[in-house]
Amino acid sequence: MELLKIKNVEKSFDAKKVIDGVSFTVESGKIVGLLGKNGCGKTTIIKMINDLLTVDKGEILIDGKKVGVESKKIISYLPERSYLEGNERVIDVINLFKDFYEDFDEEKAVSLLKDLDLDANQKLPKMSKGMKEKLQLVLVMSRKAKLYVLDEPLGGVDPVSRERILKTILSNFDEGSSLLITTHLIADVEKILDEIVLIDNGKVVLEGSAEELREKENSSIDEIFRRIVK
Amino acid sequence: MGFNFKVDIPIYLQIIDYLKKEIISKKYKAGEKLPSVREFSMQFEVNPNTVQKALFELENMGIIVTERTNGKFVTQNENIIENLKKETIEKMANDFYVSCIDLGVKKEEIIEILSSKE
Repeated sequence: MELLKIKNVEKSFDAKKVIDGVSFTVESGKIVGLLGKNGCGKTTIIKMINDLLTVDKGEILIDGKKVGVESKKIISYLPERSYLEGNERVIDVINLFKDFYEDFDEEKAVSLLKDLDLDANQKLPKMSKGMKEKLQLVLVMSRKAKLYVLDEPLGGVDPVSRERILKTILSNFDEGSSLLITTHLIADVEKILDEIVLIDNGKVVLEGSAEELREKENSSIDEIFRRIVK
Repeated sequence: MGFNFKVDIPIYLQIIDYLKKEIISKKYKAGEKLPSVREFSMQFEVNPNTVQKALFELENMGIIVTERTNGKFVTQNENIIENLKKETIEKMANDFYVSCIDLGVKKEEIIEILSSKE
């Protein structure tokens, strides 16, 4: 079943077309990587899926419905930039999420904090960028959503933490749900992907099953990416 | 700890090879229950569908069997495992032999090298 369907989407900022006829789908149960270098349009697509930007042309359907209040209920979204700016403690943020989202699982959040070595009583201003990223991932993965959308979840963390974050994503991803993950750190992420959508200059330049592409090209997705995107 | 997969070979093929070796060396014994797809996925740190695909292929080869409600098991048929062992050794021996011949090593020398191994 197609949980997310993006059809011929276009988006311009001023006169510059940044998304130019992008189409792809995310089926339920799949982990899809939206790959591309910085500035290729990944985050713009993610923002349109999450109703933070409107599409100029084309259509985005989530579980068959247009983007809106209903779609936000079933999407758990990790933005690229941190929104953890206040003076609260970790546990206060967890409580806020619990009040805000019906599908938030507090027990899961507490156990994930432990897995990622975060302290529930620590105050946000005392936390490093990497720690905040981990906390945001905890918040996002603790919802029982149909679609998880993670925009650059590994950007600010060291390689050891990257592995733990990928493990957290894998272990908390239910079979019925889907995951769309953007990254430019392809080598780190490619082994957890079912399918890839490679974006360059606002267009899809390659898509397909990660395993089939490896088989066909005798190379890693990372190498294929480097060959195509100059 | 992550698993060291080669990046340019489909991961499911590497999982198949790994599990064959584990079964031949009796780390997973005949008739033994295997970890679930999810457990393997965590162990290998790969997509669950990739694990599923590897297990599906192994099942087609008759090396593992699914019991509808209980999960997946190594076959109880020792002959299948014995054949798998033979096939695997045959392939390794063949690869080794061909590489040696390519290097210009004579058959007698190869046998000598092998006999000297403890």
